[in-house]
Amino acid sequence: MQTRRDFLKVSAGGLLLAGGIRGADSAVAADSLGPAALPSGALQSAQLAALPGKLPLIKKSFRPPNFETPVRFFNEAFTPNNAFFVRYHLADIPQVSQQRWKLAVSGDALDKPFEITYEELSRDFEQVEVAAVCMCSGNRRGLSQPHVPGVQWGHGAIGNARWRGVRLRDLLAKAGVKKDALEIVFDGTDRGVLDKTPDFVKSIPAWKAMDENTLVALEMNGEKLPHWNGFPVRIVVPGWTATYWMKHLTSITATAQPYQGFWMNPAYRIPKGKFPLVDRFVSQETEVNTPITEMVVNSLVTNLEDGQKFAFGQEITVAGVAWDGGFGIATVEVSEDGGRTWRAAQLATDLGRFSWRQWSHRFVPGRAGSHMLMARAANRAGATQTFELIFNPAGYHNNVVQRINIEIT
Amino acid sequence: MRTILALMMVLAAAPALAQESQLRLRDGPGRQLVEASCVMCHSLDYIPMNSPFLDRKGWEASVNKMIKVMGAPIAEADAQKIVDYLAGQYGK
Repeated sequence: MQTRRDFLKVSAGGLLLAGGIRGADSAVAADSLGPAALPSGALQSAQLAALPGKLPLIKKSFRPPNFETPVRFFNEAFTPNNAFFVRYHLADIPQVSQQRWKLAVSGDALDKPFEITYEELSRDFEQVEVAAVCMCSGNRRGLSQPHVPGVQWGHGAIGNARWRGVRLRDLLAKAGVKKDALEIVFDGTDRGVLDKTPDFVKSIPAWKAMDENTLVALEMNGEKLPHWNGFPVRIVVPGWTATYWMKHLTSITATAQPYQGFWMNPAYRIPKGKFPLVDRFVSQETEVNTPITEMVVNSLVTNLEDGQKFAFGQEITVAGVAWDGGFGIATVEVSEDGGRTWRAAQLATDLGRFSWRQWSHRFVPGRAGSHMLMARAANRAGATQTFELIFNPAGYHNNVVQRINIEIT
Repeated sequence: MRTILALMMVLAAAPALAQESQLRLRDGPGRQLVEASCVMCHSLDYIPMNSPFLDRKGWEASVNKMIKVMGAPIAEADAQKIVDYLAGQYGK
């Protein structure tokens, strides 16, 4: 599915700077590097570039590395490891040795702290697998109106994978976690270049940590985790945004106190009462805001581009994916006429309630001219997508129904 | 101060990709100060990526966050020059 232009960009030794290519054909370059509604500076500074072990992805920033997955990869049920998006806050990212790696499980809210090696983790505990969407909280931030500062993600800070590893609750049980455990805190090896930069440390409520689906994952899509996605071990919190999915995990701490740190507060906060969410993180709530928790219901058209042209009489397939925070997708509806009428799309195999669900819809347009296509998902709890952006200062939870124009000639 | 900055640039984590060295900011008063201050911790593409939608207040907030939260060792006088450059070259 790689276009010839993409191929040229990548094969010319690497990577031409975006500026050179953009002058040649701005429309096409912009399409492949993100939606036109991104800030113009974000589109101009993006380029296709390949991190070691990865395919060329859309570079948002080199250091720390923030790379998003081109939408065409989302036509597969599971996103290939070498195309999976990369997101870091801090630029010091050590290569971790599997042999030397150790995980410490400790804290004031457990009785029997211990350390464990990679071999012990993979040998001494039941290994389970869950299919789950991993989505950056800030996915689609670049589409916020007005624009808000941060990594200006388009649609690609997301992927779906089969995660395999040990249940977090099994490790906590071995450590004798106590009833007064309030939060479970995660730290990994990545850190800031300056000592003064707050280390990236995250906590989740004890109830979510004890959920049977929350994993300490060693594998992704049947392979060891790629370095850029957390090798050797990362946390997987199905349903919740990826800010909690700590990469290069080195410590798990059970505490009876709310964890205080920059990356919990003021970072990763949403205003209270604006979103139809179910999961609460009570120990971190303030008067005005709360940590982001589960993903809102959302969908993405993956096989069409805005402005694409078709011949009159040709059958058109609209296809994509839909996901939510763990209830599972109930329906996806497609509109061929800008939202006046809606038809049920066909849902593909259910891969589990934390996985995204592929869907498709076929039709033959009855007239020539411009047609506005839309897709709208609903989950099993009855929540659906919005038509107007629910603005918030960090640009989270953008599940505005997409509008895609196609031309029939 | 310059010596410290230069030293810290050397100590900074090695870029994952050499293409980072090809990034250039727009020419303008203060460009070298901005480049030296920002590349300690992150690549320069963060600046054009966040443009042109921040006004002077927006860039001031970003620079303040880098100093007060992230611990960037930037003197107050330099911070003003950095904000001037960002608002002038990459502002709304």
